[in-house]
Amino acid sequence: MSRVATLKINGQDVSGREDETILEVARENGIPIPTLCQIEGLSNVGACRMCLVEVAGISKLLPACTTRVAEGMDVRTESERLTHYRRMAVEMLFAEGNHICSVCVSNGHCELQGMAVALGIDHIHLPYLAPRRGVDASHERFTFDANRCILCTRCVRVCDEIEGAHTWDVMGRGVGSVVITDLNERWGDSPTCTSCGKCVQTCPTGALFIKGSAVGEMTKRNTFLTYIAQMRGNLK
Amino acid sequence: MNPEELHSLAEERREALDQFQHRVVVCTGTACQAAQSRKIIEALDGIVKERGINGRCTVSAGGCRGLCSAGPMVAVEPTDVLYQGVTPDDAASIIDSLESEPVKALTCDTSAPFFTRQKRVVLEYEGRLNPESIDDYIAAGGFSTFVRILTEMTSGDVIEQIRQSGLGGRGGAGYSTALKWSTVAKALGTTKYVICNGDEGDPGAFMDRSVMEDYPFKVLEGMMIAAFAVGAQEGFVYVRAEYPLAVKRLKQAIRQAEKYSLLGNNICGTSFSLKLDVRLGAGAFVCGEETALIASIEGKRGSPRPRPPYPAESGLWGCPTLINNVETYANVVPILREGAEWFAGIGTERSKGTKVFALSGAIVNTGLIEVPMGISLREIIYDIGGGIPNGRRFKAVQTGGPSGGCIPEQYLDMPVDYQSLAQVGSIMGSGGMIVMDESSCMVDVAKFFMEFCMTESCGKCIPCRVGTAQMYRLLDKISQGRARLQDLEVLEELCDMVKHTSLCGLGQAAPNPVLSTLRYFREEYLAHIVDHVCPAGVCKIAHEEIAL
Repeated sequence: MSRVATLKINGQDVSGREDETILEVARENGIPIPTLCQIEGLSNVGACRMCLVEVAGISKLLPACTTRVAEGMDVRTESERLTHYRRMAVEMLFAEGNHICSVCVSNGHCELQGMAVALGIDHIHLPYLAPRRGVDASHERFTFDANRCILCTRCVRVCDEIEGAHTWDVMGRGVGSVVITDLNERWGDSPTCTSCGKCVQTCPTGALFIKGSAVGEMTKRNTFLTYIAQMRGNLK
Repeated sequence: MNPEELHSLAEERREALDQFQHRVVVCTGTACQAAQSRKIIEALDGIVKERGINGRCTVSAGGCRGLCSAGPMVAVEPTDVLYQGVTPDDAASIIDSLESEPVKALTCDTSAPFFTRQKRVVLEYEGRLNPESIDDYIAAGGFSTFVRILTEMTSGDVIEQIRQSGLGGRGGAGYSTALKWSTVAKALGTTKYVICNGDEGDPGAFMDRSVMEDYPFKVLEGMMIAAFAVGAQEGFVYVRAEYPLAVKRLKQAIRQAEKYSLLGNNICGTSFSLKLDVRLGAGAFVCGEETALIASIEGKRGSPRPRPPYPAESGLWGCPTLINNVETYANVVPILREGAEWFAGIGTERSKGTKVFALSGAIVNTGLIEVPMGISLREIIYDIGGGIPNGRRFKAVQTGGPSGGCIPEQYLDMPVDYQSLAQVGSIMGSGGMIVMDESSCMVDVAKFFMEFCMTESCGKCIPCRVGTAQMYRLLDKISQGRARLQDLEVLEELCDMVKHTSLCGLGQAAPNPVLSTLRYFREEYLAHIVDHVCPAGVCKIAHEEIAL
């Protein structure tokens, strides 16, 4: 049994169970915190750093998705500094991959694009790294375009934690990191992939999409994760 | 094994050693082995047999003497004669001079400041023990501290001793060792683990390698005491695979300790049981970060996770886990043997004890040293290190590897402790100390460390993965003389962002080499950017017209 704590988020008094994260409590109270790698229903990894918040008395910025609430906490989710860091992180993603919205299947439905719009990013002031990355279209129904991948690892987690197949994982280090199927084999040849499509529906960008989608046609449906999260909540 | 058995074993071994009038000890550390010290042992052995004095003289493998640049080192006990730069051909003259005057041409002056200004706690046996023999360690009093604690003290007593000693974690941050131990001891759960972090990966650092190679038993004994104090039943020494000799000796040491029942079930007839094992790192620098290291032992991809929960609460396989650095464990035995007060008397007000440093770069005496905390950088570099060779001028000393910074000449008289180093923008780190003279370009140095961080970033969080690559590109541009002043602004913006938003210590500290060189050597950056010259003449400047 977890204890209940009262705390402040952006000056607003809120309450939460001590096994809840700052992000969960903030969302329950209608306080938005931007996220990219986090999605309800999967484990939280704290990788994208978009949800970093300021907590009074702690010099480091803390990820709201993995930090649990505590009695008397005083959290700020918005500040000039936080916005600046969030903009830089999104700019870094645009500079890292090859994101060209006008030709992307997810144009208009992309979480990365949406984040850029929300943060008012109209140009990228970092040099583009323009990596040479491949496309794997060997699967019967789906395509993986690594150029649009932001390494959020949602596909890795949904495949492992929900589908139980663990077809996806990460290979390499640093900017050379890339998500792969099995032991870096063609997706179409994967003996572990069940073709369930959960990875496609969970991917925040157009990196994973259903074959035959034209520009802007790929909308993602991940309500199954919301359902799973709800059922888990009911079990608590 | 009970305390009496250990005592009689030690006596027996000491008597056996005392039968020899002369003991010739040859360093078998990595540096001296690379300089053929194994062949020297064979040659010495051959001569001893030839002369028929094998009843009076024994030749044995030993550990590092510290002065790696003068290796291979050979010591003669008990006269304490030390020879340097020995070759297999010198074997006969060394053996033949045992009864008379030492060989002049080979003698290493042990009254030199390099030897006399050091304070040895971690390296207390000065390489005299055979690292592959548990009997030698026991004869020198080894394991008696552990056995005494096991039979006479409580977990609380041990932690209190460590607290009074003021020992701070030698992995770099100096976090209170006692606080870590007591947190693990208090953590709920019956299964607990101890881990020794031997994944030393900083360029220019070889302290932990040497400690593991020369004193594997001492590291194990420290871990055994720690396991007793926190209530752990199992432990792992995580060593990088690039240290094959350390791996071999640790594995041997564990086997020998098991044979003597110093490891296993119901040690010394008490209820305490402990199993230790070695795990190898596969070459990722980030696995030195504790959560990544734990993931690696679990068989997962070595990438860090956000803390809290700290490993003390939820570590290996979700159990409370104590994870300390090699040198921290090596300090445990001397503290509990000599007493906390003795240890607290060494060092400064806030940084207690000694620190082992790996001296390298533009310095006369390259090697391994151990000095009391609070000694000045000038004493380390000029007295112990012998100064800068080739008549060049000192420029900066880099501490803390890719997570540290460059300290310029004006701080040479600053005491070396955790707080002072942090104040000038560097860190103690694990103990790498790279000395640079005027022929080093600071932009190039920053670029080198940034390239290291970029390739060693695990790729999990955005700031470290992309930020280090962006910073590296900018530094490369600056070093080629192609950058503009705006690039410097972007570089500083990136430093600030990566430092404050990265997930783990690797990213958070990656900008330090850039920040510290910008702080003390900004004019060198400006020379590259504005004047298109590299003052040290290191960088290749691109001399095409720059389109503005």
